[in-house]
Amino acid sequence: MKKLGLIVNPIAGMGGKVGLKGTDGPDTIARAREMGATPHSPSRAECALSHLLEIKDEIRLITFPGNMGEKVAMQCGFSPEVLLRESISEHVTAREDTLLAAKEALKQNVDLLLFAGGDGTARDIYESVGTELTALGIPSGVKIHSAVFGCSPQQAGELAKLYLNNKSTQEKLAEVMDIDETLFRKGIVTARLFGYLNIPFEKRRVQRLKAGSALSEQVSQQAIAAYMARNEMYSDTLYIVGPGTTTRALMIELGLDFTLLGVDVVYNGKLIAKDVSEETLLKLCSRYKKIKLIVTPIGGQGFLFGRGNQQISPRVLRFFSRNDIFILSTPAKLHALEGAPLLMDTGDATIDQILSGYIRIVTGFNEFVMYAISAM
Amino acid sequence: MNMQTKLRDFHQARWDEPIIYELTTQGERGVLLPKVEDGIRETVKDTKKLPSHMIRSDRADLPEMSQMRVLKHYLRLSQENLGADLNIDIGQGTCTMKYNPKINEVLARNPKVSELHPYQDESTVQGVLEVIYNMDHALRAISGMDAFSLQSGGGSQAIYVIGSIIRAWLEETGQTETKDEIITTIYSHPSNTAVAKLKGFKIITIYPGKDGRPDFEALKNAVSERTAALMITNPEDIGIYNSRIKEFTDLVHSVGGLCSYDQANLNGIMGITRAREAGFDMCFFNLHKTFSAPHGCGGPGSGAVGVTERLKPFLPVPIVEKDSETQRFYLKDDLPYSVGKIKNFYGTVPAILKAYAWIRALGADGVKEAARVAVLNNNYMFRKILSIRGASAPYAEGEHRIEQVRYSWQKLKEETGVTTSDIQNRMFDFGVHYWTSHEPWLVPEPFTIEPTESYSKQELDEFIAITEQIVKEAYENPELVKTAPHKSTIHHVDHAYLDDPEKWAITWRSYKKKYNGYFEKKELKE
Amino acid sequence: MDKNKVVYPYIPNSVSHVQEEMLKAIGAKSIDEFFECVPDELKLNKPLDLPEPLLSEVELKRHFEKVLSKNATTSENISFLGGGCWNHYVPAICDEINQRSEFLTAYAGEPYEDHGRFQALFEFESMMAELVDMDVVNVPTYDGAQAAATSIRMATRITKRDEVLVAESIHPETKAVIKNYSNPDLYITYVPCDPETGCVDLQKLESLISSKTAVFYFENPAFIGTIDVNGKKIAELLHNAGALMVVGIDPSSMGLLTPPSRYGADIVCGDLQPLGMHLYYGGARGGFMAVQDDETFVREYPSRLFGITPTTYKEWGFGDVAWERTSFAERENAKEYVGTAAALWGITAGVYLALMGPEGMKELGENIYMRCQYLMEKIAALPGVKIPLQATPHFKEFIVNFDGTGKTVKEINKALLDRHIFGGLDLSTLFPGYGESALYSVTECVTQKDMDTLIAALGEILA
Repeated sequence: MKKLGLIVNPIAGMGGKVGLKGTDGPDTIARAREMGATPHSPSRAECALSHLLEIKDEIRLITFPGNMGEKVAMQCGFSPEVLLRESISEHVTAREDTLLAAKEALKQNVDLLLFAGGDGTARDIYESVGTELTALGIPSGVKIHSAVFGCSPQQAGELAKLYLNNKSTQEKLAEVMDIDETLFRKGIVTARLFGYLNIPFEKRRVQRLKAGSALSEQVSQQAIAAYMARNEMYSDTLYIVGPGTTTRALMIELGLDFTLLGVDVVYNGKLIAKDVSEETLLKLCSRYKKIKLIVTPIGGQGFLFGRGNQQISPRVLRFFSRNDIFILSTPAKLHALEGAPLLMDTGDATIDQILSGYIRIVTGFNEFVMYAISAM
Repeated sequence: MNMQTKLRDFHQARWDEPIIYELTTQGERGVLLPKVEDGIRETVKDTKKLPSHMIRSDRADLPEMSQMRVLKHYLRLSQENLGADLNIDIGQGTCTMKYNPKINEVLARNPKVSELHPYQDESTVQGVLEVIYNMDHALRAISGMDAFSLQSGGGSQAIYVIGSIIRAWLEETGQTETKDEIITTIYSHPSNTAVAKLKGFKIITIYPGKDGRPDFEALKNAVSERTAALMITNPEDIGIYNSRIKEFTDLVHSVGGLCSYDQANLNGIMGITRAREAGFDMCFFNLHKTFSAPHGCGGPGSGAVGVTERLKPFLPVPIVEKDSETQRFYLKDDLPYSVGKIKNFYGTVPAILKAYAWIRALGADGVKEAARVAVLNNNYMFRKILSIRGASAPYAEGEHRIEQVRYSWQKLKEETGVTTSDIQNRMFDFGVHYWTSHEPWLVPEPFTIEPTESYSKQELDEFIAITEQIVKEAYENPELVKTAPHKSTIHHVDHAYLDDPEKWAITWRSYKKKYNGYFEKKELKE
Repeated sequence: MDKNKVVYPYIPNSVSHVQEEMLKAIGAKSIDEFFECVPDELKLNKPLDLPEPLLSEVELKRHFEKVLSKNATTSENISFLGGGCWNHYVPAICDEINQRSEFLTAYAGEPYEDHGRFQALFEFESMMAELVDMDVVNVPTYDGAQAAATSIRMATRITKRDEVLVAESIHPETKAVIKNYSNPDLYITYVPCDPETGCVDLQKLESLISSKTAVFYFENPAFIGTIDVNGKKIAELLHNAGALMVVGIDPSSMGLLTPPSRYGADIVCGDLQPLGMHLYYGGARGGFMAVQDDETFVREYPSRLFGITPTTYKEWGFGDVAWERTSFAERENAKEYVGTAAALWGITAGVYLALMGPEGMKELGENIYMRCQYLMEKIAALPGVKIPLQATPHFKEFIVNFDGTGKTVKEINKALLDRHIFGGLDLSTLFPGYGESALYSVTECVTQKDMDTLIAALGEILA
């Protein structure tokens, strides 16, 4: 029998309706309640869960006390197993409770962990379980930057059902983003890659009427990696490789170690520095004559360079002309932007100016896209 | 059919027909051959030179069935197939499912064309050469190009001819090292990218702007001295005409690149605008789309590639020319830089004949009227579909379309959970086709409707009624839609058996090796 | 609205009042409004330069019948033409089925409403597989030449090598198609045939195989009709070097000759024309490629492959196999392309094979073989005429050399034509090494009387 874990962050998304961005911290929550905001995510979670009712007898639903999932599950018509009654209160919960619940779900070896919340909740889940189990977010927050959520509560529910039934799904790593909420409230977007969750996604089947089907994400990444490795990696040139699963594919193709979340440096086919800081990058960039930067857009909104990029800061970017920057992206990632440009917000207007406009993106082997990149 | 609601109580034929191998009866014969005459046997009896290892020791395991049984089996299968002749085939957008006039079938069945050998002396085939020659000239008139090759067996193969010509042209002009990039758009047919790669090019794709037209700014950034060619479609599969097309071709010409026009969507603009004036060096047509030759379940088709004078020397050979003195038609093989052969012999002759007959039946005014009515029909459907709850069409808001529209059921999905694939399955319950779209699905939950000029207003209204009904069900009774089809030939197919090498069976013998009875997996002995 | 406006039978909404209703529903004033997006400079201001229309069906029919009457057919003459396209008998049921509207006008429906097409093509794949004794056959590609070219590319992807060997003695058109299809990234070397036997020169082949060789392609029977008996040895040489063997066959021979899979072929390909397709001036072709059920090979097909699956109601269901074809090599090399090719001919070939059955295909092979032998014997007896490769076994066709007669093939064929006989294909420009030669071909439709008529005619002409 498949085990489904459910964690609801009861306060996620409350800020949005009353014009606040996010609900991190008790002060903001209190303010939101004052302004008349009501909890949002429980109803979203219920919507997702209702799609799983038809298989409720074939799965074990494991959740947590009161507002953290028990209420929603019961309301939906499930008879869940409720854990951690001793540790988690039925009424008021905090971040620590999410962390605890997620760790428990991991211990319970759930086949899928559904969580309702926003970027903050996704970060908490990541912190607790990393990529050790498959998780999927039910969107309930404000604007979401992490790519670990379904597009809607219904879709999350449907996808969960398919996954638990072993039908038409695969897994992939998707980004968990860290947004500085304070800055965000001031209209400044920073998006930092925080981690990756392993999420299910649906393999669509469309008749191969006229052409081959779209390459799977993984094969696409391998194609990009093969192209770069074969054609663009020259000797005596320093390559700075940014975080992401596509850049990871390149490191694998080159047979090198790497950090998924950090910046690595390659020279003459060897890894010469791993997970470097801005300081190290600045030193390296000034030391080497020929330098190139290889990056990939991060998160569900196509973020390329942001103030949140701790390592690839404007000072580092100043070393590169447009021709020295390679942007790698699978076609699927670009399509998900639905025509919106890639985003950047380095905080340095000159750099933003130089880089914005149209830029060539490597999307496969000998395949490129001319895409718009715009400063926030 | 209920003439008020315009809905039918349709059920597709459902024969539950066995696989042909299950119908075998040892000894039955479907057709007999003439016996080898005694005179021949007398002469050859001692001269069998075949060594024993080259003689097949067994008989091929084929079904053994008498004639009527074979006929019955295939006729039943044909009843389980929804040809354009039987349904309102406007749901297979981009495929241009037009009426294939039966008189053209009669003409093609004529032994005076079906019993011609390709190597016959030219004096004995003047009739068929005349047809090919005249078709070439008719297509020149429609496109403004200077010469056509009718050798390709389909649209993708026509794109292949174009890719070959581009490469040959670069070799001839010594530019293979300096020009290695081809530019195309995301809505162009995927074969453009596939062919470009096959021919060793890098391919740069540009996306549309907000209005759905390819973004000119992106093109400006993509074009460089390395640009060998632009391969573009206009209007694109979403049905929007790019008014700036001449700027596109001028820009590519300014860096010495070639411009190729994928005219799979010719049906909405023939007689109204042409490849030549839009600045193209090459174009191609699908005879089994715009020119009403049949689709045949996926072929045989026919592709016609047209080029301007300077590229004529690169066309595949042979082409048909007419001797100005004797007025005789002949096959010309000696084009100086020809890409050689793409296909056996000269082209899909029956399709060429049918397409040419279609052109002759309509003439200039009729061809133009076909385009005008195709566009009228499409805009009528456009208006009607947009007023259906849950449907939308991205781009170019408020503007008309040309001959097809790409719509989206995204709103319907958000409100009901019903997807375009679900709607597809329910459409079959009303006896019509519906195709979502090729990947990539830039437009979410897509469907493309291409009415063409072949269907009457009544039929278009029926299709609308069906769509409205299904949407109504999506809101009121989504399960009915999600578990469809209910009235088709078979029920839901299990796709798991198609992707797993352990499970898949592409032939009956493969199935028998892996399974007993009905998909009971056999224990494989190592 | 124009009262003289033509109403076209193919265009229902060419009726004026219907157009008015529709424009009203749209809210547009005229159809011209829809074309406002086309700039004036690009609009055609005059009608297309096409001939006058033949609006009535009777005029259309009459016109075309008149044009086509200028053709002389293989039914009206005795034909000995072959070379990749042959005058086999097409059973009436084959025509009956491929003319069915339901198949003829269908295209790309799903396995539900177009179940018939999926089943018919699965059955074609199945029967073809038995004919060539392999487990996997594709939904047909354009023709045999494309099948050969694609098989070669599949082999290069599987072996990850780019040097290709091709036999000299294959169909010249296939050779040209392969040449173009291999451009720019594959390197082709042609392996000569032994002039004595007309078969692959084993020694030359061995010397040309290297560790960079991906594949060797040859046809059996060859374009010139010779049957190569060394398949096993060839396979050994190739497999020892890690290369693959691709063999092109004539399906009409497979009831008689050993299928190449039994002597080591990795991919078998060919053209379906002999299986129920009329000559059509070379315009009815279908290509097939067959392999064993090995995942590595299956994933390299660019074509569609229909497989059988269960349904929720325990019916026979079908669908596309190996959807993603995510092979290692796909990421770099385009998996070629797939498009509308020759599906209806696949269905037709299936009907043909079902009608013929195992006995029929065996008889067909023997029939053709014996007729070919007979003609060879009789022609060889004519003065000045030689059959250079007479010692080699042939199937269906053979080279006849006329050097000793003092006449050119052109002259001889002209004289035969006057006697309502289509003489063999003139090889003097295609294969100058064979001198004034022609390729004479027979099928099961050529009678002893036809052949005797030819002999008598040649006797007169060469006297």
